[in-house]
Amino acid sequence: MGFALLLTSILTITLRAGTSLIYATVGEIYTERSGILNLGIEGMMLTSAVVAFGVAYYSGSVWLAVGAAMLAGGTLASIHAFLTVTMRANQVVSGLSITIFGGGLASFLGERLGPATNNYALVGLVGPRFSAVVIPGLSEIPVMGALFRQDMLTYVLYLLVPLAWAYLYKTRDGLNLRAVGENPQTADAMGVNVMRVRYLATIIGGMLVGVGGAHLSLGYAPGWSENITGGRGWIVIPLVIFAMWNPARAVLGAILFGGINAVQFRLQAGGTTVPSAYLNMLPYLATILVLVAMTSWETLSHHIGAPAALGVAYMREDK
Amino acid sequence: MNSERKTAPDTPVLRMQGITKRFPGVVANDRVDLELYPSEVLALLGENGAGKSTLMNVLVGLYRPDAGEIYVRGERVEINSPRDAAMLGIGMVHQNFMLVPTMTVAQNVILGIHDLAFVPNMREVSQRIRELSDRYHLQVDPRAYIWQLSVGEQQRVEILKLIYRGASILILDEPTAVLTPQEAEELGGILSVMQSEGKSVVFITHKMGEVIAFSDRVCVLRQGAVVATRNTEETTPRDLARLMVGRELLFRLDKQPAQPGSEVLVLRDVYATNDKALPALSGVSLAIREGEILGIAGVAGNGQQELAEAITGLRHIKSGELHINNANLTNCTPLKAIEAGVSHIPADRIRMGSVGDMPVADNIAMKGYRTPPMSKHGVLNRQRIGDFARRMIEAFQIATPAPRTHVKFLSGGNIQKTILAREIDACDTLLIAVYPSRGLDVGATESVRRRLIEQRDEGRGVLLISEDLDELLTVSDRIAVLYEGRVMGVLDAENADREALGLLMAGASAEELPGASSAVDEPGA
Repeated sequence: MGFALLLTSILTITLRAGTSLIYATVGEIYTERSGILNLGIEGMMLTSAVVAFGVAYYSGSVWLAVGAAMLAGGTLASIHAFLTVTMRANQVVSGLSITIFGGGLASFLGERLGPATNNYALVGLVGPRFSAVVIPGLSEIPVMGALFRQDMLTYVLYLLVPLAWAYLYKTRDGLNLRAVGENPQTADAMGVNVMRVRYLATIIGGMLVGVGGAHLSLGYAPGWSENITGGRGWIVIPLVIFAMWNPARAVLGAILFGGINAVQFRLQAGGTTVPSAYLNMLPYLATILVLVAMTSWETLSHHIGAPAALGVAYMREDK
Repeated sequence: MNSERKTAPDTPVLRMQGITKRFPGVVANDRVDLELYPSEVLALLGENGAGKSTLMNVLVGLYRPDAGEIYVRGERVEINSPRDAAMLGIGMVHQNFMLVPTMTVAQNVILGIHDLAFVPNMREVSQRIRELSDRYHLQVDPRAYIWQLSVGEQQRVEILKLIYRGASILILDEPTAVLTPQEAEELGGILSVMQSEGKSVVFITHKMGEVIAFSDRVCVLRQGAVVATRNTEETTPRDLARLMVGRELLFRLDKQPAQPGSEVLVLRDVYATNDKALPALSGVSLAIREGEILGIAGVAGNGQQELAEAITGLRHIKSGELHINNANLTNCTPLKAIEAGVSHIPADRIRMGSVGDMPVADNIAMKGYRTPPMSKHGVLNRQRIGDFARRMIEAFQIATPAPRTHVKFLSGGNIQKTILAREIDACDTLLIAVYPSRGLDVGATESVRRRLIEQRDEGRGVLLISEDLDELLTVSDRIAVLYEGRVMGVLDAENADREALGLLMAGASAEELPGASSAVDEPGA
């Protein structure tokens, strides 16, 4: 029985730690499916995390805060869309600029948005948060009950992930989106508006990344602190590859990262002799190792891979 | 400008009037007039760069014309996008297929249809595709993925896509360029079914034979302008060739009988894989002698590319041996192959054969630059390179504004001549030519073929990989047929006939050929 309790608690933390990653990964999958690579996730998550916390602090509404975070993520993503789709700038450079810009903006806002009593900083303040909503009955199931001891943003995922999968593979618009990322010339010749699809996919992707950022400052680690993401925005990039650009598989990768994080916390709490710096490295290291192994195996055994036109600008009369 | 015109009983289903399209520095279409009648197959004939594809791209809304008007069924229309064209029932099968390889046939067919249900019922879609395939003789499995299909099947998907959308005007851009002779014949059948179903077809080509075989009328373009429109019955290939090129053309190549010497290339039981790690060459044994052209026939994707790469050191040979001039060069580096006097005209002249962002002169010097006189102690001698390039540009009649013009601004034919100049000058023992005349017009094709024969006559071995049977039959001395990485047979070009070649290309073994076995050598003997 004690072992089942341990498993339940590890799974509970795993899902909590994985939630922001799942939002951001699904968002980036949509963006990349249209052929746009957005490396600005880290910056977008930081900015939306600080915006979410600030709005929640002053308005008292976490849902309003989530909306504001989506707006922040979507706005940064629309800059990326304008630069890469309309101006056909290099996607890597544009994305990295967004990350640097977003990171700086988040630090700046974190020190200016706070109340005068806190020297205008947001650091150290306590605000409204998403707390766990325990569902009576279901949460009592051994181990799997962990699924029903989560906050509202995690519950939304139970709906969002299947919908995102179905949208991509079962609907007309999903078909068009995938075609744009694979072969924009073909999609254009078949009457799909390539520009429109790319703008929408980038901005909607940015909004989902924004929710991921909001979950960090409102759910996982409530409050605002510098570098609250801890590099999660970067982990999303390999997770997208691990997911083979499939929203359903994004969950697996996020849980892997979140799970190792949870085990690592347990070990630290249990007081091992391993220095904590090594334990902190563990989730990142393990994620990368597993991703490399899995993807090289996947790529060999299936005919799937990155969207063929990922990172390539499109212009109709280009030679 | 265009003199003759058929007095048709019907009104044209399509009329293009005074279409002009300019690209920086070129007038691709110059006041072109074109009419298309119901249930008609119209051939659009012209050399490369004559403006055929540009004109059709204007019609489907991919390019915007600088001047001119388009009338569909008598009404003036504006076509600003492929969607507008589709609404008017106009669709095009592009030269490079517009298909998404990672999707199924059914998904490709419904892609971009705007009045499609938000969640399409794929079973109904597949059912409708099967009905259409039966009616138009376009057999293909709606659930298959595009990457699993042969080129001929992919073309059928392209045509199905248009018919599914209810297109009544179909444009086919060089439809036979990628097909086996048998598949090309089938296409003829498909065209007549479409005709009997009331569809009108424009097909773009630079092959006279197809014009005669498939079309009712032919419109000839030269340098962007219409030079003639004729009823196909009232014309001859010779007549068309003269109109297309603007001068008389010699259809025969003067070729002396081969004087083969000792073996320059020997392949023994060579195995290699393709880029996807699947078997591409499965036990290929071949030999080429000095002063001989060995043609390689086969449908694209049966190991031709890998064969050329294995010989030139660009692909790993898993087992077997490669000898050049009696030296074992199995798995040597490309540089070793070059030093052994092997020249390579690659299939992809843009990506592999040339550097588009470098001047013509540098592209020509790309093989000889390592040694004097072009460089000394690693420093390039610009003067010498320039002189050499100017000599080559003259000898190979490369139409370039200057030696320092970047290669990407040249036409396909002139890029190919640039590569030829470099490779032939450096060629000492063996010339590997992969699809050397693909996509080239009649004039350029003729000069490429002459160069190959010239190399042979100077005592070099030539390996000619081609998908054009006429080219193989006229240029080569012997023809080997590749199918799924195996040599199905080696035929003497003199007595080889197209049908036997076609059967071997489709995978029949040499013994299965009706009465032709005497002309076939056992492979690898």
